[in-house]
Amino acid sequence: MKAETLAALQDARTKRRAVTLATRLSDAAEALVYRDDARGELAGNAEILAAARRAMDTGKSETVDFAGAKVFLNVYVPPPRLVIVGAVHIAQSLAPMAAMLEFDVTVVDPRGAWATTQRFPGVKVIQDWADEAFQAMGLDVSTAVVTLTHDPKLDDPALEAALKSDVFYIGALGSRRTHAKRKERLAEVGVTEEMFARVHGPVGLNIGAKSPAEIAVSILGQIIEVRARRLEALSAPKVAAA
Amino acid sequence: MSDALEVLDQVGKWKADGKGVAVATVIVTWGSSPRPVGSQLGVDDAGNMVGSVSGGCIEGAVVKEALDAIKDGKPRLLDFGVTDEQAWDVGLACGGKVQVFVEKVN
Repeated sequence: MKAETLAALQDARTKRRAVTLATRLSDAAEALVYRDDARGELAGNAEILAAARRAMDTGKSETVDFAGAKVFLNVYVPPPRLVIVGAVHIAQSLAPMAAMLEFDVTVVDPRGAWATTQRFPGVKVIQDWADEAFQAMGLDVSTAVVTLTHDPKLDDPALEAALKSDVFYIGALGSRRTHAKRKERLAEVGVTEEMFARVHGPVGLNIGAKSPAEIAVSILGQIIEVRARRLEALSAPKVAAA
Repeated sequence: MSDALEVLDQVGKWKADGKGVAVATVIVTWGSSPRPVGSQLGVDDAGNMVGSVSGGCIEGAVVKEALDAIKDGKPRLLDFGVTDEQAWDVGLACGGKVQVFVEKVN
């Protein structure tokens, strides 16, 4: 391993950027493979790059044989993150439960009276508009976004921004009727029906949740399910091919 | 995952201090090996360790190879736990098998 490879891995973690380090076992030749970039001696090998990016999707490190040359693909993916838009009552249950599930939790709300660290001990709280906050933090494929404010002024720009990113989950609190209206409003800013289909609404699994804590459980149940199914789907074809 | 990053942090510090450093990584596992693929152990030229590749069983043998790798700069591929008897010898009492790649940080 080169010293600059080490530095690049540390930098990727700070920036929450997924990276796979490919190392040829015979001579320790390397490639640092990002989703949109690759560097190092092995970076010219398209097969290795494709396998490294697949491994990034599943989060599983493995040794792969490329025409007799064994290459170890070591995956460094950021931990899953949950961004909660709306520092409301449900968020006060959702944030600690998600932290218990080892999500990196951020609560975003522009309203100073709501977005306080007293209301949300132990998680990141950002007092800002969601679209601004998203830009600063950078949404990625290991991020889930849930909007809880019930206020189109706050929820809609957040959903619009989330839909432009490759977050693995988007959920929006609100009844079927609220959700239908939301669809109409977002259509006016260019969100197609196909794009809008990514939004889980009414949010959460249908378990008859009533209290804020129960709703938090239903939301997290859905996030866990979506994440697990996605990882399964990504792993399945690769196993069959091997 | 965070374990691996802790290892890299410490390895980076050793390197910055001008020490010879090697990294050992679990690259294949069979059966009930104690640490998953991708687990790492950092070793400096004085034999100091950070992280783990087995939860304590084979670290001694890996450190020895890591010190050699720091000296000659050549990467190494190590197999552990091929038979129960050998597994016991290197301390892999669980009966699992692991393959460990050892390389110097240049």
